[in-house]
Amino acid sequence: MAKKFAIIATKGSLDWAYPPFILSSTAAALGYEVQIFFTFYGINLLKKKLDLKVTSLGNPGMPMPMPMPVLLQALPGMQAMMTAMMKQKIKSKGVASIPELRDLCVEADVKFIACQMTVDLFDFKHRDLLDGIDYGGAATFLEFAGQSDIAMYM
Amino acid sequence: MSGFDQVLDASGLNCPLPILRAKKSLADLKSGQVLKVVATDPGSVKDFQAFAKQTGNTLVESNQESGKFVFLIKKA
Repeated sequence: MAKKFAIIATKGSLDWAYPPFILSSTAAALGYEVQIFFTFYGINLLKKKLDLKVTSLGNPGMPMPMPMPVLLQALPGMQAMMTAMMKQKIKSKGVASIPELRDLCVEADVKFIACQMTVDLFDFKHRDLLDGIDYGGAATFLEFAGQSDIAMYM
Repeated sequence: MSGFDQVLDASGLNCPLPILRAKKSLADLKSGQVLKVVATDPGSVKDFQAFAKQTGNTLVESNQESGKFVFLIKKA
């Protein structure tokens, strides 16, 4: 029987979109059955039109091209600029884009489950999220996670 | 270097793309056929060992040739 891998994806930024999609696409290639439960800001990773951004605010570990005081990083337009620079870096280093990795997950039958509570809480619309995904709650996740070989929170 | 049936050039691609592309290419091969993968990602050396171990395919060779990593994978 195939090994099982359960992930909870809670973050909705461009950088934090990578761990769930990289691990699940790779696990699927290795023969795992994979489910990702998207909750809170992680729901953003399920949008048909992805618009993910990065910010250095509250993240002193983010490598910056030049030293920059935190107050400057908070100026209007900085987030858009950092996101553009990050996307450029991702491309130049041969790292897959998030839409590409997400497509590979879908192709490999990774199962996506959106947290219905979060959808209600933040007024997400089902029509704005990927077609063919499931909606469920904690019990839905635990049913699969309880039988899985690996379970991770991201 | 021994023979191979198909070549996958994964040069310039970073984790996890070389593995995912290899998996896709292997799907087109028959059991016993060999896929040659060329990669530039230094992480791929350990990753292809782990890939072979977990998928049952055999990593026949793992070499470095003029700055590139070359793998021969025999489909199970």
